Amino acid sequence: MSNSLLKYASITQKISMSLLGLFLASFLLVHLTINLMLMLPDGGESFRAAAEFMGTNPFIMVFEYVLFAAFFVHIVLGIILWMQNNQARPVAYAKANVSETSFFSKYMIHTGVIIMLFLFLHFVHFYFAKIGLVDASATYMFEGHEHPDFYTMAIELLKQPLYAVIYILSFLALGFHLNHAIQSGFQSLGLEHSKYTPAIKSISTIFALIVAVGFSIIPVFFLIQG
Amino acid sequence: MDLTLKIWRQANTKAKGKMVDYKVTGVSPDSSFFEMLDVLNQSIIEEGGDPVAFDHDCREGICGTCSLYINGRPHGPDSGITTCQLHMRKFKSGDTIYIEPWRAKAFPIIKDLIVNRGAYDEIIQAGGYISVNTGGVPDANAIPIPKVDSDTAMDAASCIGCGACVATCKNASAMLFVAAKVSQFAHLPQGKIEAKRRVQNMVATMDELGFGNCSNTYACEQECPKEISVSHIAKMNREFFAAKLCADVKDI
Repeated sequence: MSNSLLKYASITQKISMSLLGLFLASFLLVHLTINLMLMLPDGGESFRAAAEFMGTNPFIMVFEYVLFAAFFVHIVLGIILWMQNNQARPVAYAKANVSETSFFSKYMIHTGVIIMLFLFLHFVHFYFAKIGLVDASATYMFEGHEHPDFYTMAIELLKQPLYAVIYILSFLALGFHLNHAIQSGFQSLGLEHSKYTPAIKSISTIFALIVAVGFSIIPVFFLIQG
Repeated sequence: MDLTLKIWRQANTKAKGKMVDYKVTGVSPDSSFFEMLDVLNQSIIEEGGDPVAFDHDCREGICGTCSLYINGRPHGPDSGITTCQLHMRKFKSGDTIYIEPWRAKAFPIIKDLIVNRGAYDEIIQAGGYISVNTGGVPDANAIPIPKVDSDTAMDAASCIGCGACVATCKNASAMLFVAAKVSQFAHLPQGKIEAKRRVQNMVATMDELGFGNCSNTYACEQECPKEISVSHIAKMNREFFAAKLCADVKDI
């Protein structure tokens, strides 16, 4: 039957994208808070403690797999939607569309791909070292065991100008992505209100700025510090 | 006004089309866009050629028949109007004007600038109606409806089904059209009886016909000649979500 729950309708896909996206966005604030600890003048004590907590807390460890699944489904669904959308207009217009729309809403797949590539790089540098797939470039002793020293590893990477540029550009793309994504997520969930929707749009932009600027100042800080 | 027109010419659905250049001279700025095309067609006919086929009917902006994509915008450079309400004073002498048909997999070209919008009819057939028993006409005030609901339903019902939302959407999505039709009934007590079945069937049909997904770019709202709000899309999303989660077995 065409309208059964099993049929994955366009709106179901959009609602799924929204729920997963908003969940991923909320995680960004946690990650940003931990990353900002890199700049604390305590020799990495706070950052290592936070990284240790994230790596050993049973709830967080389970949550980690939920997070990976959310990333995976959000990315795959995004690609499926993009492919479906391309098929919906097989012949392009000779004169490109000039309708007034939010600029970044048209480039979600492009900013999404940049974020995905950065995510892969991030995995190679940190997660693969955490699970022992690659050797950690720095280690430290904690409770009698050798642990990857994510503090030293992060600073070593962020001090490299090329990596810093890639890092900042990736978070710029993430900012552009979030600027449209947050308010779009609310719209897809049907959470639209004549009074609150303009506020949600402003919050969307503020959130995107906090994430993009918050992450980007870290490499700038270490580059200036030398 | 002297103009260069670049018009999509395509003999039939299966034929290969192309943009063809035409020159029109002495066009009055007070003439309508269609009158300018009428003049062009007259000259083509006099030269023994095949006139440019384009859709038009009422020429009063209410029937939703006209469907030209002009210089990158459905219904041309003005907002809140259909192509038939567009006047040549919106252009300058010497301009080059691109005139194309709506582009969407679900709207195949019949000839030149005419597309088959039968897909919209199929969506309406899937649920864009209310079932009413025959009999005596009920009293107009027998069913109380809040003013705000009747106004919102009327706003949604002003959709003329022209297809500009699909034409301008980067994904060729029909969400604004379907949302307007779902929302106009969902706001009224008469529409609530079949609401859950309606939204699921209409969305399913929209998907089956090959329209794209909504990316919330809101270009549809910008180009809708009746200025229908995207808040109706949010309303449809709510209706759909509720129907999927809470519908009785007989509703799905």
